Amino acid sequence: MSLFSKENGAVFTGPLNLNNPVAVQVLGICSALAVTSQLKPAIVMGLSVTVITAFSNVIISLLRKTIPNRIRIIVQLVVVAALVTIVSNILKAYVYDVSVQLSVYVGLIITNCILMGRLEAFAMQNGPWESFLDGIGNGLGYAFVLVVVGLLRELLGFGSILGFQIIPDSAYMDNGGLYINNGMMTMPAMALILVACFIWVHRAVNKEENK
Amino acid sequence: MAFIKNMLDKMKPTFSEGGKLSAFGSLFDAAETFFYVPSETAKVRGAQIHDAIDSKRSIFFVVIALIPAILFGMWNIGYQHSLAVGCTEECCLLNQFLYGLAVMLPKIVVSYAVGLGIEVAIAQWKKEEVHEGFFVTGMLIPLIVPVNCPLWIIAIATAFAVIFAKEVFGGTGMNIFNPALVTRAFLFFAYPAMMSGDKVWVNAEYMDCINGTVDGYSQATPLGQLAAGEPVSYSAMDTIIGTIPGSIGETSFIAIMIGAVILIWAGIASWKIILSTFAGGALMAFLLRYDGAQNFEWWEQLTVGGFAFGAVFMATDPVTGCRVEAGKWIYGFLIGVMAIIIRVLNPGFPEGMMLAILLMNVFAPLIDYCFVQANINKRLKRAKVK
Repeated sequence: MSLFSKENGAVFTGPLNLNNPVAVQVLGICSALAVTSQLKPAIVMGLSVTVITAFSNVIISLLRKTIPNRIRIIVQLVVVAALVTIVSNILKAYVYDVSVQLSVYVGLIITNCILMGRLEAFAMQNGPWESFLDGIGNGLGYAFVLVVVGLLRELLGFGSILGFQIIPDSAYMDNGGLYINNGMMTMPAMALILVACFIWVHRAVNKEENK
Repeated sequence: MAFIKNMLDKMKPTFSEGGKLSAFGSLFDAAETFFYVPSETAKVRGAQIHDAIDSKRSIFFVVIALIPAILFGMWNIGYQHSLAVGCTEECCLLNQFLYGLAVMLPKIVVSYAVGLGIEVAIAQWKKEEVHEGFFVTGMLIPLIVPVNCPLWIIAIATAFAVIFAKEVFGGTGMNIFNPALVTRAFLFFAYPAMMSGDKVWVNAEYMDCINGTVDGYSQATPLGQLAAGEPVSYSAMDTIIGTIPGSIGETSFIAIMIGAVILIWAGIASWKIILSTFAGGALMAFLLRYDGAQNFEWWEQLTVGGFAFGAVFMATDPVTGCRVEAGKWIYGFLIGVMAIIIRVLNPGFPEGMMLAILLMNVFAPLIDYCFVQANINKRLKRAKVK
């Protein structure tokens, strides 16, 4: 089977849209609420999950024939935990402020249901290259939702994008304007509503395919 | 009146299916049933009864019951303003009322325009008739916000509440939470600076009917003073009559009680809920008073803030409240208890009525379920004995 066959393409693009882990399978919601109050941590979190999913998929896929069936969850956890530790240390080394902002949620990637779901459902049955594509696809599908939610929350809650002020200072009520930032957007409750809106739009657009 | 009837009949084909303006069919339907009671009743077969009086007419009693609170609220806006600017000569009753009217009217218009606009659009989209629940919600929203709340913020909050508290659950009659309270909760959490503190309760804008304007005038509500640990500067009489700063409709205990009498007389609101809410609040305030957690007379707690307004107009919402008669006692009692607990013991929230009612909205179906199940079990036992 060639590297970029049609089947492999579907493995990669499926989770980006019609089989999106957040919008369709409704997995990984907890971290989607916790890290999306600003765009930058959302992007970093999305990338971390993508990298970890992809490489743990590859490793488990390589080991899949030697892992005893009864202890496979533990083996999977060990692999994920090792990768999470690596990613966490890289974040601490290069983007320390984001790492502080993400705090425990980097460590909690271990418990992310998207990861365990892909390992169990895909990597245990497929070869390393397909598993890699599947991991990248699912990670990016997750990251996409995080970026959309993070973008809206930062724009409406802080008036900025990636830390750059978008809404001019003079528009604020303190400076004689009319505008006030929406404090609700900075709370996790609003992230839940935004994710719900994302799912709503997604289902409305893909009405036919979901039937 | 025959003139209106003729006009509506003539216009009907244009708005029906296939007509030129069928896109506005639900709007026409709403207008038609607004003027004339629909003649549609239940079919002869079947066990249900469908009165010709639709929810529009029964629900309108709530708006009528709100009138005393609305009128008093308008006058109080003007009265607080004239206190702020310190004017004496032109501050007659009429000018104060006109000032309040001019401040209040845009809020009512915005709330109705946004809410009804969304409702009509959704009804047209789903090909249903427009539900009338918003008549009350749209009137309640301007009454439970501070006078200085900007219009665009009210518009956003109203849209949020109508879509996320009502339409996603299936529209009028299906909502879990009271939409007016969701509006207020959204405002409270999204724009806290506009909803509490001491800068938002008195409108200081200049208008023709009362001269004078002040900048940065601040005046705390009794609950704000309590929360800040200051002595309350209003007498008990002020809080009962309502000449205190506060959300527009909530200040006057007397005006709200007139509304309560109208609602109970018309059979719209449950007197059990109103009574038990006050009982719960009184008990809790009494306990906390003599426990030393607060030094405010227990009965005064019931007259300040939104307690009375919430008990009469919000807790009694037939959709979100308890429906089992015995459950209404528990439902109301816990609202009262919770409101005072939040108010006195939680320093983050000067007022607890909104959160107490929303919390009990969640539990209302559970209370209903318990009572219905208990009744079923009782009857089952009775059946087994035979």
